[in-house]
Amino acid sequence: MTAKDYALMPRNGYFGPYGGRFVPETLISALDQLEREYRRAMADPIFIDEFDRCLRQIAGRPSELYFASRLTQKLGGAKIYLKREDMNHTGAHKINNTLGQALLTLRMGKKRVIAETGAGQHGVATATAAAVFGLECEVYMGTEDIRRQALNVFRMQLLGARVAPVSSGQCTLKDALNEAMRDWMGSVSGTHYIIGSVAGPAPFPEMVREFQSCIGREARRQMLSAEGRLPDLLIACVGGGSNAAGLFAPMIEDESVRMVGVEAGGRSLKLGDHAATLSAGAPGVLHGAKSYVLQDADGNTAPVHSISAGLDYPGVGPEHAYWKDTGRVEYLPCSDEQALDAVVTLAHTEGIIPALESAHAVAEAVVRAPKMGKDRIILICLSGRGDKDCNEIAMLLEKRK
Amino acid sequence: MLDQNRLTIAFASLRAADKKTVLPFITAGYPDLDTTIDLLAAFRRQGVRVCELGIPFSDPVADGPVIQASYTEVLGRGLTGSEIFQAVAEYRRREAAACAADGLPSLALMAMVSYSIIFRHGPENYLAQAAAAGIDALIVPDLPLEESAALTPQAQERGLCNILLVSPMTPPPRRLQIAKASRGFLYYISVAGITGERKRLPEETIQAVADLRRQVDIPICIGFGISSPQTVAQVCSVADGAIVGSAIVHRIADAAKAGAGHDELVARVADFVGELLAPLR
Repeated sequence: MTAKDYALMPRNGYFGPYGGRFVPETLISALDQLEREYRRAMADPIFIDEFDRCLRQIAGRPSELYFASRLTQKLGGAKIYLKREDMNHTGAHKINNTLGQALLTLRMGKKRVIAETGAGQHGVATATAAAVFGLECEVYMGTEDIRRQALNVFRMQLLGARVAPVSSGQCTLKDALNEAMRDWMGSVSGTHYIIGSVAGPAPFPEMVREFQSCIGREARRQMLSAEGRLPDLLIACVGGGSNAAGLFAPMIEDESVRMVGVEAGGRSLKLGDHAATLSAGAPGVLHGAKSYVLQDADGNTAPVHSISAGLDYPGVGPEHAYWKDTGRVEYLPCSDEQALDAVVTLAHTEGIIPALESAHAVAEAVVRAPKMGKDRIILICLSGRGDKDCNEIAMLLEKRK
Repeated sequence: MLDQNRLTIAFASLRAADKKTVLPFITAGYPDLDTTIDLLAAFRRQGVRVCELGIPFSDPVADGPVIQASYTEVLGRGLTGSEIFQAVAEYRRREAAACAADGLPSLALMAMVSYSIIFRHGPENYLAQAAAAGIDALIVPDLPLEESAALTPQAQERGLCNILLVSPMTPPPRRLQIAKASRGFLYYISVAGITGERKRLPEETIQAVADLRRQVDIPICIGFGISSPQTVAQVCSVADGAIVGSAIVHRIADAAKAGAGHDELVARVADFVGELLAPLR
């Protein structure tokens, strides 16, 4: 397979056999409008400049590429670098995408944005972008997640957003997404739906990947300047997969760079105990796209579990499904326990408390680095900070005693 | 392949008699499959020609709270798709005897089913099971025109109609394309949004259907928001039929919650469908 086979431009909304638009007819014209406006914007230097300015002045980019020297020393193998998305405004990579989509909302002349959120990071990032641009904002969030992420609920409200509790289905991220989709069906003429991951119907997977690609573009440049070469291995956590897609895409044609996506292995790989969609799921259709999904034999979405609310999702972006099938990216699970260990390890060695999501990526580096030579380089996407998870982490560590 | 299809036959005979109809929607297995079978039989005796069966799904984005809650309840009891098809087959066995006795025509049955379910089973396999059970048509709300290009001919080979939907958000030229690709009838969604009861439907919808009516020959039925004999009369002034879902499922839920027995529930709901049909008799 040549680099060209990973062409980043989807064909009619498909990455290989994955993607598409499996949504009610009511949304088709809105998706057409969005796709038109998105392509025009990406070809418009004024939009690109404005997006760059927002990334600099609002998100605080570029984020640092940080050499984790004490972690490297402790593991005794490959050099470990961290792409510090945790240092972005609002504490995660999510702001990159919401700024891009909020700018598109303005271009489309729409005055209201809606979003779904699991951990609350995308909700906070959407509420922030909405406040910056004076847009009305409503965030759908499962009642179970509202309980787990009380701080982020308050942050969204403080930013002027309305948090709409979702008590259907399992009361988590997938149900919040359904509810946001229902809202959009009735409000589509004046509302833009800011999907938070590289999931959903075309053009969302491609568009969100592009808005997140600042991660990989910066990291590539920063690595060349720090080490004079590209990393040997990229590691990122994958729920829907937006931080991973943003890191991987700009290096997907650099064939010397191996890539690993780490999924939520939860308690075990039994259906219902995890959210490792690519590792343990099968091709299916969910939330507007064909991709890997976790379903029962009848096609109903299976319950999922992870200690990380942001990875607790039964689907994954269609481009990741394509990268898995072509072998370009390797996907594997990391258990709740390994992720929790990685939180402690990173906190002690580097003074960084990672989000539980990002800790899954760190955990994989902890496994791999010692097996790699000291001349090798691992780059981890540290997608978010752990402040939001501190109550949960405290409770989990208490249980261990 | 579709000229023997019950749905095609139903609309041909309705049109020949210059009649309009009500297409009731019920959730398969709600509150249980015996009730579903008996509701179908009672609807047929009321003069219903076409009925829509909702196949419960975990993530129904086009459905409002009433239908969604019924799905969640049915799935919570562990009902499977194959049990639903067995019940449909059982209905067909009983219907054959009933039709012979009363001379009324058999029901055309449409399954409203998410493409997530169809894809999981494999389209060929799912269509074969549906056809064998006695289903006549599919409505796949999350399979728009472009994605339906493969399924429609596959369905047709099995004698099944794949019914496509048009929404008020659909630009007029696309409405014509969809009407052309749809089989059985064209499902016109009355409002942008989800299913649910509304007092009156927008005049623009009525006008848009009247316009489309002049351009295409395929029967057009309007759904979403129709809840009363008045709204039935309103939409049937321009359309071939009115699809009523939430208002019926809501009455089933109320009767079940009030502790109505099986026979009473079936009678009450069938009476309501009779009221809906009244303006068209």
